[in-house]
Amino acid sequence: MEKKTVLYDKHVAANGKMVPFAGYILPVQYEKGVIAEHMAVRNGVGMFDVSHMGEIMCKGPDALKNVNHLMTNSYDGMYDGQARYTTMCNEHGGTVDDFIVYRIHEDEFMLVPNAANKDKDYKWILEHQIGDVTFTDVSEKYAQIAVQGPKAKDVILKMVDPDMIPKKYYSANFNATVAGIDCILSRTGYTGELGYEIYLPVEHAEEMWDAFLENGKEEGLIPCGLGARDTLRMEAAMPLYGHEMNDDISPLETALDFCVKMDKEEFVGKEAMEKNPSTKTRMGLKITGRGIAREHMDVYIGDEKIGQTTSGSHFPFMGGAYAMAILDKKHAEVGTEVEVEIRGKRVAAEIVPLPIYDRKKR
Amino acid sequence: MSTPTELKYSKTHEWVKEEGDVMVIGLTDFAQNELGDLVFVNLPEEGDEVEAGEAFGDVESVKAVSDVISPVSGEVCAINEDLLDNPAAINEDAYGAWLIKVKNVSDSEELMDASEYDKFCESEK
Repeated sequence: MEKKTVLYDKHVAANGKMVPFAGYILPVQYEKGVIAEHMAVRNGVGMFDVSHMGEIMCKGPDALKNVNHLMTNSYDGMYDGQARYTTMCNEHGGTVDDFIVYRIHEDEFMLVPNAANKDKDYKWILEHQIGDVTFTDVSEKYAQIAVQGPKAKDVILKMVDPDMIPKKYYSANFNATVAGIDCILSRTGYTGELGYEIYLPVEHAEEMWDAFLENGKEEGLIPCGLGARDTLRMEAAMPLYGHEMNDDISPLETALDFCVKMDKEEFVGKEAMEKNPSTKTRMGLKITGRGIAREHMDVYIGDEKIGQTTSGSHFPFMGGAYAMAILDKKHAEVGTEVEVEIRGKRVAAEIVPLPIYDRKKR
Repeated sequence: MSTPTELKYSKTHEWVKEEGDVMVIGLTDFAQNELGDLVFVNLPEEGDEVEAGEAFGDVESVKAVSDVISPVSGEVCAINEDLLDNPAAINEDAYGAWLIKVKNVSDSEELMDASEYDKFCESEK
């Protein structure tokens, strides 16, 4: 039985097409469809219910020591409110999950895991925690609303004291008030656009949702579903657990080296990564033949299999079929012509750099 | 959108229009609405044989690929090549955007009329 997020009634009222996802029932799209929602975020502003995401609090004198031990990124030298993306690995170097981790204070951090993994993650963390620290799963208490797109700031400026808006990408204000509601206002997102993610008590979620709809009218703000969330993150080359990584894929094999700090004294998975340097990496594929590559399709040069796609679709802003793939490093060169096996048929493709969409290069 | 009464309908949401000896086949409005924004269409070639109840092509939305099932058996005598460049035409006008035409029709699935099909769609929701 899937859980409803606190915004379920809002989605149904807006004619959201409800589907099961990660243990929740969520809208895959609303009336205008995936492409219109995708383009709203690229050119204007869109709003997502991401209340299914988890929130795990980490508090105590050894909080910093724990996040540095459990996570592959380093949490040294941060200011309060700063966030860093990370993977959490197992002893074999495979990925348990990926997170955004915020520093609230020097002895308090907030971990944001994937919805589908939050129970697994929490169990893992409790089994691997060290020293004097308390982890608490507070996912049920928080709703999360993401407002994304070049016009997101215009909308939020009507609802908040400008001084409360985080100045930098990947930082948050833990004492913000938006539309009169106390919340965490984070400048993060999963779309490749400027935008905000707002964590707030579930009892105020409907009020916040309506406030954004009302204040975003002029900017053309529309609610967007999981379909657009997926195509937006793919265009921006943002990885999704279960696709670009899993328990057997190391972050070093999927071009997430930037969040693995091998110079840290220790972290879970470090030894395995030292012993087995990665021979694979993640690249983009532009499908030049006729067809649409999806996940788990084999990639060939001639008869040699050089890897497999991890995600793929028609990319609405790019206006064509693209994919991400984990490929052997020795063949992963931009411009290389390859073939993807799409339902038994070989289709021509070309290796391209990631991200496929970069807002700074528009 | 009202369901055109001059067409017949399959349980897999294709429509069939009789044009003399030729059967014109397309996807229903219910189907395009369920599939969402279509971005790719794969059709057979002229001269290919199609079989009632078997897939003759596929359509892909942003999210997924779906087979298109032939309501009749026969020989493909025309394909709508405009759709290959503009699959969204199916979303815009499902009953105008035909996929293929079939001649020498030898067999057919059991087909519904418009009111039967409307009831069938209601039960699928």
